[in-house]
Amino acid sequence: MDQLSHMTGISILEITYVIASVLFILGLKMLSHPLTARRGNILAAFGMGFAIVATILFHRKDGQPIGNIPWILGAIAIGIAIGWIIAKKVKMTAMPQLVSFFNGMGGAAAALISMMEFPHIRPELIAQHGMANGHVLAILLGLMIGTISWAGSMIAFGKLDGKIGDLRIKALRYVNLTILAVLIGFIVFIMTRHVHASTELTPYVYIMFAISVVYGVLFVMPIGGADMPVVISLLNSFTGVAAAMGGFLYNNQAMLTGGILVGSAGTILTILMCKAMNRSLINVIVGVFGGGGASNIQAGGTIKEITLTDAAVLLSYSKKVVIVPGYGLAVAQAQHNCHELDKLLEEKGVEVKYAIHPVAGRMPGHMNVLLAEADVPYEQLIESDVINPDLPNTDVVVVIGANDVVNPAAEDDPSSPIYGMPIVKAREAKNIIVMKRGMGKGYAAIENMLFFNDKTRMLFGDAKTTLQNLVNEVKSL
Amino acid sequence: MLSFFLEHREAIFIVILSIFLGIEVISHVPAILHTPLMSGANAIHGVVIIGAIIVMGHADTTGSMILGFLAVVLGTLNVVGGFVVTDRMLEMFKKKK
Repeated sequence: MDQLSHMTGISILEITYVIASVLFILGLKMLSHPLTARRGNILAAFGMGFAIVATILFHRKDGQPIGNIPWILGAIAIGIAIGWIIAKKVKMTAMPQLVSFFNGMGGAAAALISMMEFPHIRPELIAQHGMANGHVLAILLGLMIGTISWAGSMIAFGKLDGKIGDLRIKALRYVNLTILAVLIGFIVFIMTRHVHASTELTPYVYIMFAISVVYGVLFVMPIGGADMPVVISLLNSFTGVAAAMGGFLYNNQAMLTGGILVGSAGTILTILMCKAMNRSLINVIVGVFGGGGASNIQAGGTIKEITLTDAAVLLSYSKKVVIVPGYGLAVAQAQHNCHELDKLLEEKGVEVKYAIHPVAGRMPGHMNVLLAEADVPYEQLIESDVINPDLPNTDVVVVIGANDVVNPAAEDDPSSPIYGMPIVKAREAKNIIVMKRGMGKGYAAIENMLFFNDKTRMLFGDAKTTLQNLVNEVKSL
Repeated sequence: MLSFFLEHREAIFIVILSIFLGIEVISHVPAILHTPLMSGANAIHGVVIIGAIIVMGHADTTGSMILGFLAVVLGTLNVVGGFVVTDRMLEMFKKKK
């Protein structure tokens, strides 16, 4: 009878894992369509909930049920409380660093699991296969990848939050390659030892952990801010792989499918992002971009400013206006003011659209989230390659806090680091108004010839204040 | 090598199929959903919490109890934070009309 209920428990567990896997896949699939995205997310969350509950209730290891349940529930309660509060409280502009932070937590959990499992490798397994077996490999890879993901994510978090600057030393890439080689060397070393118990090798595992932390830090340090989204996406897929290693370890299908799914989807997403920026993944990783701008076009021509009144008149009497929002808009929290302006103009019969560059903001799609927060209708947000052919017929392009994504150097200057990157072709419009804090350069640290264009007028100042004043001007016309 | 393959062939199948599935599911995503999608995927790899629960459930020393506790907390953070943030982003898309 006991045997029977035990079997039933295991079956329920396995079935739950299948259901969880299906829900993960469905969830991801639905997340990739605007209309179903929210339900997809909730579906995946349910899958996760089922898998967790079933694991606590029915998991058996050598016939032993899960113990320490009060502690586990306590830990989950703490995690829920902290996670919920952070996730609800953080501003929408800080979304990228938040994703990075939660990603790091997952990586750390994976690393901890490996560290705890290493001393518990069965002596029989070692006696039979030596240390060179899949079990040991999964533990070591889980430790290495999870730790790198954790350390890297924390650095990415700090950088996006403006707490950590860039560290640009050319030699760093060689240092990193060396460290990576050392880490792989450690794995080979540990797996080729002849020991009776894995505990004899535990100190090496701790050293490996320390080196992985160093690697994670140095891996992200030299990467410029503009490339952060790519790095977060990459680290995201790393954590997926680390979780999958746990799946190998416990022969756990839910961890395996969930982890690998994220690992491969994350990798593809990373590549898609790189494509949007016309960068190769290798370049991002070795940090060629933004190395101080190898080639600079000398700034020529003069900057022409425009008064608020003139800008208001120009916009009000246009037929077609396209707004190009950038991170500057997000930082200034000016998305609501921006929407106010576009509503006012629409009331006056002006057709207003938003040109969304794939990497505007700090993550692909970040700008959409921000504008959606301000209630800008989804239909008004147009992707840059769709709106580009329409720009020559556009009366005014308003560039708000964007720089690199409208930089014509991407088309004109083969020596420019951003050459070949698809841009919003703002200069083709009849008039261009650029709202900017000052004459600072963009994230790629290169000069933007658009600002010197004859058709361009500048409106200097904080995006929020400028937009507020502009809205008042338009109202008073 | 061969015995490794035979021993883990189920897992290897799952890995290969999941890789293709992940690619297939993602490659038709419009750029506007990249951020929520990354965030959603981020929450899904929180599945690592299952491993944390298993490790904690069989922890016997104080040291492993502490580490296991920490692992479960961190894993939960990943799961809950990930899903809640994604929902918050997507909520904004829904408000349109």
